[in-house]
Amino acid sequence: MEVIESKNLVKKFGKLEAVKGVSFEVQEGEIFGFLGPNGAGKTTTINMLCTLLAPTAGEAIVNGFNVIKERDQVRGSIGLVFQEPTLDDYLTAEQNLRFHAYAYSIPKKTLEPRMKALLDMVELWDRRKEKIDTYSGGMQRRLEIARGLLHHPKVLFLDEPTLGLDPQTRSRIWNHIHELRKKENLAIFMTTHYMDEAENCDRIAIIDYGKIVALDTPDNLKDAFGGDVVTIKTEDNDKAESLLKEQYNLQAEQENGAIRFTVPHGEEFLPGFVSGFPLCLISIGLHRPTLEDVFLKLTGRAIREQDVDQMQHMKRKMRMRGH
Amino acid sequence: MTKFFHSIWVIAYREFLHFIQDRMRMISSFSMPILFLVIFGAGFGKLIGQMMPGVDYLQFMYPGILAMTVLMTSIMSGVSIVWDREFGFLKEVLVSPLNRSGILLGKAAGAIGIAIMQGIIMLVVAPIIGVSLSWGIVLALIPLIIILSMSMSALGLLIGARMRSQQGFQITMQLVIFPMMFLSGIFFPLTGVATWMEILSKINPVTYGIDAIRQVFLGTEAAGVTIFGHTMGIWESALLVTAVGVVLLLGAIWAFNRQE
Repeated sequence: MEVIESKNLVKKFGKLEAVKGVSFEVQEGEIFGFLGPNGAGKTTTINMLCTLLAPTAGEAIVNGFNVIKERDQVRGSIGLVFQEPTLDDYLTAEQNLRFHAYAYSIPKKTLEPRMKALLDMVELWDRRKEKIDTYSGGMQRRLEIARGLLHHPKVLFLDEPTLGLDPQTRSRIWNHIHELRKKENLAIFMTTHYMDEAENCDRIAIIDYGKIVALDTPDNLKDAFGGDVVTIKTEDNDKAESLLKEQYNLQAEQENGAIRFTVPHGEEFLPGFVSGFPLCLISIGLHRPTLEDVFLKLTGRAIREQDVDQMQHMKRKMRMRGH
Repeated sequence: MTKFFHSIWVIAYREFLHFIQDRMRMISSFSMPILFLVIFGAGFGKLIGQMMPGVDYLQFMYPGILAMTVLMTSIMSGVSIVWDREFGFLKEVLVSPLNRSGILLGKAAGAIGIAIMQGIIMLVVAPIIGVSLSWGIVLALIPLIIILSMSMSALGLLIGARMRSQQGFQITMQLVIFPMMFLSGIFFPLTGVATWMEILSKINPVTYGIDAIRQVFLGTEAAGVTIFGHTMGIWESALLVTAVGVVLLLGAIWAFNRQE
């Protein structure tokens, strides 16, 4: 069953077209990833799906409800974790959850056991009586995930859920996400620009300049890349490059004193290649294409995660000081 | 309809929680009015005695300070929607199934509740600092505090409904709130001031809110704003403030619904 259906969603801000007709479906229990550089239209798409922004054109159905006409029903069926924190710093973790429970009209009887289970899951039960301003960034994010699940949504939206977090916290959050999918059959719609994280998704849509340029499972995306990446070093790289072109009909590139080229079924190609290659080989390497390779090929540029991280970090620091 | 009232309650509940848990705010809500009373009392005491013979400065100042406390608290609670937006919490509220108009009215309801609590604190302090109170005065004050708080939180909400940054808030604070406060007769009687000031103060709705509160203490003869030769009584002033408040509140709801 589809929990999200997006049909030609368009969003214009004045003259700027941030999202240019995006269509996709998300199935129940699926982890669906939106992968793209900053400003590609990921957050704008999420905001339209979660009723925070009205689409300029097109339509979207979430859990069977129209995001334009049945906003309240949509709001009741989704949980959200935004890029930037949306907790009330003046309240304790427990008070934040209780506020959420009131807002979503969760009966008290269901609330108590659910709150305990979720806080246990994100390992914050012991610190539930503490105010949010004593929480680290990772703890806040985990609490937000727990809060987003408190009303048992059908879809959990995660906008860059691990942005600016340290590797341990990131992997912990991913453990939670996998656990949840197993337990609740919840669909998860997430955006990320971390390539290694996108590997966790069942399917990925690569979005660039407001358009989906590819949509498939991570494995299929990599297969469509056209095989495996082989890196060799030889005593004469220039000669090797022309040899590859003439004898094997392979387009190779030189990079940092090594030659890179792509072949289908690399592990079958290599044995024959090594015994038959006329030049002396110094080293040889083979790797499956990564999503980074795929992304580079599709969009012609790398995702600049460095800039984004630093910006977010600064923003957060300023927030802290502002308090 | 149930959902509408539920939304108001949920939002107001959070405002109360903030007020109760914020110790600094509790302390300042006690100390600031007293500080004002002492300083302005010492400064203006004699002056007021000369301007309004037979009126005790404490009896004049106390209602003003009470009104000022209500005014500041209410506008600040209204504008706190800017903070909620800046610190992200507003998003949590906006994606929840809570009713939009209910959210805004919940903010106003929270402001009114807090203003009443502060008013009660002020009333408890009154006998200690030598202001004479009667039960009649107290009973008349509560509804006046409610309507003044309603219209001032509505003003704050109208300002905050579309504002994106705290810098913008600082500017409104200086260009709207302070002039409104100083031109309202909180600190000095508006009799015999320059004509431009008299006109501005009579356009200022806060003037009537404060005047109504002051009339409860001093009677219509001693206070009472005269406009076009007619002296406004408590009822008339109260009605005017209520009307302004309702209009501002509707404006705020409209702006908020349009924005988000």
